[in-house]
Amino acid sequence: MQAVAMEHVSKHFSGMTQPALNALSGTICSGIITGIAGPDGAGKTTMLRIMAGLLVPDTGTMTVLGHNPVTDSALLRHRIGYMPQKFGLYEDLSVLENLTLHADLRDVRGMARDKRFAELLSFTALAPFTSRLAGKLSGGMKQKLGLACALLGTPELLLLDEPGVGVDPISRRELWKMVQDLAGQGIAVVWSTSYLDEAEACHSVLLLSQGSLLFAGPPHDLTQRLAGRSQHVRGVTGRLRQSLTVMLRQPEVCDGTIQGRNLRIILKDATIRPDLAVLDSAGSPSWATVTPRFEDAFIDLLGGGPGGESALAQAMPMRTAQNKPLIVAENLTKMFGTFAATDNVSFAVRQGEIFGLLGPNGAGKSTTFKMMCGLLQPSSGKAEVLGIDLRRSPAQARQHLGYMAQKFSLYGKLTVRQNLHFFSGAYGLFGSRQRQAVDNMIHAFHLDPVLGSRTDDLSLGYKQRIALACATMHEPDILFLDEPTSGVDPITRREFWNHINAMVEKGVTIMVTTHFMDEAEYCDRIGLVYQGRLIALAPPDDLKSQTATQEIPDPTMEDAFIELIYQQAHI
Amino acid sequence: MTMLSWRRLRALCIKETYQILRDPSSGIMAFILPMLLLVIFGYGINLDATSMRLGLCNESTGQPAAAFAAHLTGTPYFEIQAGTRPQLDALLADGTIRGYVLLASDFSRLVQNGPDPAPIQIVTDGTEPNIATFLAAFIHNTWAIWNESQARAQGLALAPGTDIQARYWYNPAAISRHYLIPGSITIIMTVIGAMLTSLVVAREWERGTMEALLSSPVTRAELLLSKLLPYFVLGMISMGIVAASAVFFMNVPFHGSIPALLLVTSLFLLSMLGLGLLISSAMRNQFDSAQTTLNIAFLPAVMLSGAFFVIDSMPAPIRAITYLLPPRYLVSSLQTIFLAGDIWTILLPNTLFLAGTSILFLLLTVRATRRRLDG
Repeated sequence: MQAVAMEHVSKHFSGMTQPALNALSGTICSGIITGIAGPDGAGKTTMLRIMAGLLVPDTGTMTVLGHNPVTDSALLRHRIGYMPQKFGLYEDLSVLENLTLHADLRDVRGMARDKRFAELLSFTALAPFTSRLAGKLSGGMKQKLGLACALLGTPELLLLDEPGVGVDPISRRELWKMVQDLAGQGIAVVWSTSYLDEAEACHSVLLLSQGSLLFAGPPHDLTQRLAGRSQHVRGVTGRLRQSLTVMLRQPEVCDGTIQGRNLRIILKDATIRPDLAVLDSAGSPSWATVTPRFEDAFIDLLGGGPGGESALAQAMPMRTAQNKPLIVAENLTKMFGTFAATDNVSFAVRQGEIFGLLGPNGAGKSTTFKMMCGLLQPSSGKAEVLGIDLRRSPAQARQHLGYMAQKFSLYGKLTVRQNLHFFSGAYGLFGSRQRQAVDNMIHAFHLDPVLGSRTDDLSLGYKQRIALACATMHEPDILFLDEPTSGVDPITRREFWNHINAMVEKGVTIMVTTHFMDEAEYCDRIGLVYQGRLIALAPPDDLKSQTATQEIPDPTMEDAFIELIYQQAHI
Repeated sequence: MTMLSWRRLRALCIKETYQILRDPSSGIMAFILPMLLLVIFGYGINLDATSMRLGLCNESTGQPAAAFAAHLTGTPYFEIQAGTRPQLDALLADGTIRGYVLLASDFSRLVQNGPDPAPIQIVTDGTEPNIATFLAAFIHNTWAIWNESQARAQGLALAPGTDIQARYWYNPAAISRHYLIPGSITIIMTVIGAMLTSLVVAREWERGTMEALLSSPVTRAELLLSKLLPYFVLGMISMGIVAASAVFFMNVPFHGSIPALLLVTSLFLLSMLGLGLLISSAMRNQFDSAQTTLNIAFLPAVMLSGAFFVIDSMPAPIRAITYLLPPRYLVSSLQTIFLAGDIWTILLPNTLFLAGTSILFLLLTVRATRRRLDG
């Protein structure tokens, strides 16, 4: 049964150059999970808000449960459950008080209320925590409470705005099962996400990019189009990243990434493969057809990947080889009160390595990270970069570091050129060297058209590029990237990794955090961070093969992560 | 669909109360800040003149000059520091003294020659004009009194002059604390009414809880009342505490009646709540809300309400602006209620204006409050 029907729905916010939604049409059915997928700024939230009657479309018609959400909003509010981003909970109220508030607002009372509370509390496994303040819950528990609040009125349409962001993989799976249950009961569930692996798991998906609909239908229909075109190149010896660059130069190749020890290549035509002799590999590389992923299809829809060149790295000098590890953490611990944000973490990173920290929000990735670049004092343990103890002389070490913080590290009111100028100056560049560095960045990131724009007005993709430019202008030996690609579109993400790969080839050492499971596979080694501890540290393929079981012979990174968390719990 | 469901309104008010009680920042704004202001305005700021540091340069020899110097030292208003002109100039420059009195070398001779009073020179620190004016007036009075007593001692007939004996009605001892307290009540109510509510609503936008509320069956009336009622109660409790501590601990007189006090303060609080909600419907983040309420509500309440700065001495255009500001009417009402009593010729026009502004702001707020995220 059709729950939502959209016809040519458009929405334009004043002050924005592009419409948030551009003549979108589509349907959402009851009894299934419909994914609304796309990068940040694609229009996902706007679409959900229009369905919830919180925004009025400029043109087009939206029909929700047979009604117009603008004129019949009062009627529809009893039939729609909406969980906004950040879950919409009152942090000063306890679990039960949050539930009671929403029950009162939705007129759920008496016996029906007691019954519903009991159902929801057992469904969400929150029963033992009813008196805990919502602000003191973990990310996963907040998310479940948010869901429970949205479910109080027994809605027919459930709108969930990015419920999976930054939540640990176990909670994410649990939530997914819960929502599947709800869909099984006949509710129409809308799940918006920027994770394409989540989108792929939905029954049906609306894929958005810059306010326009790229695809509507079961995700399988989309990935099916790429049958035979998604390929692995296996058995490459030597430098995998150089081989990728070579492959991306081939005219037959549409897009490619590194996936563990293999190259993942998307061909323009399933029948025409480039000759692997171009790889000049000592081993005997071979092709293997793999199941296409949703991201492959997305990139294909956008017209293919950006190629494999990096003008950024080309302008950089080759670093002199170093034998000893450049980044060393020994028993690193950071306490906030009695809470260990980072708990006894040790690792060492060699020159020219990409080391990834993978984990949910609040796991301690950023805390560890900040200690490694001298922004936070460790409570105990050692943090060393280039042989310099960060406790003693952080300033000396920082000159050799590039740091790209999570979103919003730029001055929004300054223009792109002013930001570049400021950050190059802050890293000690001046005169002709500074001009040269700024010009290099403008060229490498194609910033010419936006030089005079304020960074506030730019898209997330541009902002992240400029942030990377600002972090690399002083040609650091070590680059720290804190979630550089969360929320950006897949093309920009590819570009980022091209730069990262090419810089590594020049001898730059990279440390990166991410909560994208698949992105972890671009790293040479990854550390899995969970509740402040490093629960595993190995190359991505090893982690996956370690956790292969009979039921899941070929686990994904997420499967591996979950398995490793369970293994930890049993020890 | 009813416009107002008591169940929903009650649920929202309970939620708001929990938040007030559990969030330290609202507690600080509603209880700690008022007490702090009370102490500052009650004891810290003192516009009464006692012990001003004054220099004295006596260049004249002879008995009359010494007598005048002794007289000056004897008054309770000055702390006298004697010195030469260059010494006193230096002390004045570095702010050690507020001014000095110069008795020129011919002072004693002129006194003895009579009959006209011998002139003195008063030098004051003009960087603080209020203090300079006070000081000059005080010294001038002291000098006049001394001349009079000199003349009497010499048996000279005093030129018949007018004798001014000032009597401060309604505040007989002219204690500035007594009229500063009504001012601080005004500021406290402005902070709770406008600033706290606009911050609370902005926080709901920032945390995404407003979006969750708007997607529930809550009506506009419930949403507004759920913000008005709890903060109205909070503001009145806070006002009560301040007024009571002023009267019982700081001995500020209270000549009016409690109903009159409740009437004017609740009308004022309503207009401030309306203003706060109006601001927060336009600003959806705490930083902008704080900035705006600071400029639109708080600063005018401090500077243009007549609470601390006398409106009559302001330039005409500024004085005109004060007539548009609700705080002015509250300050005037409170000063009347506390110090003079229920004088309805003053209170009635003030009350009418406050009622008018609260109705105006609340109507504007109702108009500006949306059930959606955009227009």
